[in-house]
Amino acid sequence: MRVNIRLFARLRDIAGAGEMERQVPDGATVRTVWETLASEFADLKDYEVSISTAVNAEYSRMDAPVADGDEVAFLPPVSGG
Amino acid sequence: MPTPLYAVTTDPLDLAALVSAVTTLPAHAPDEPRAVGPGAITSFVGVVRNENAGRRVLRLEYEGYEPLALRAFERIGAETAERWAVRMALHHRLGTLQIGEASVMIAVSSPHRADTFAACRYVIERVKQIAPVWKHEFFEGGDVWIEGATADPDDNEARQDAYDRACA
Repeated sequence: MRVNIRLFARLRDIAGAGEMERQVPDGATVRTVWETLASEFADLKDYEVSISTAVNAEYSRMDAPVADGDEVAFLPPVSGG
Repeated sequence: MPTPLYAVTTDPLDLAALVSAVTTLPAHAPDEPRAVGPGAITSFVGVVRNENAGRRVLRLEYEGYEPLALRAFERIGAETAERWAVRMALHHRLGTLQIGEASVMIAVSSPHRADTFAACRYVIERVKQIAPVWKHEFFEGGDVWIEGATADPDDNEARQDAYDRACA
């Protein structure tokens, strides 16, 4: 299945794009998607312990399942205000 | 068009509009004809500072994940309503902001001032914890993404910390 990935701030800089599509196996979780990305962009690995994740614009957990067409977002530590 | 209570926008923020949004009673709900109206409003305006961590800041570029930010604002609104009898408006700006420009505005109304001060402080603390917004700081000699808190809306310790600061 295919998922749409959103990356923000420094994560977007590392990957060189804020939106991309990737193929992941059936039964994939948010973590599967992250590992797919981190194998492609090694500098993302530094963020593994500090990122937040969202599926279809709702905060989620790394072990949440993803479905075909889902938007999966990875967020570095936030700094709004 | 009435001002929305929650917004993420690249347009300049308008405090008067937020104050108005929390002052006007919602179309006098027929089931609450005797609802007590606002007696106090507390507002907060966050502005771009010219200095950060010893660096001379030139400008900030704000990035956000808009649909999730709006949901985070709604969540902060629900948390606030659990603890205080207030109405709250929260707008965050995105894009390039110059020194002195407002990046975030909050307005809170309530029958009494104690609730408005506490709730307003709580809201800005929660924005800093869970709003999916990032500052890209451009300073004299370089630029850096500012990274603060790992956003986790279900982190009750963080929520308690925001509440403690609000009621300090």
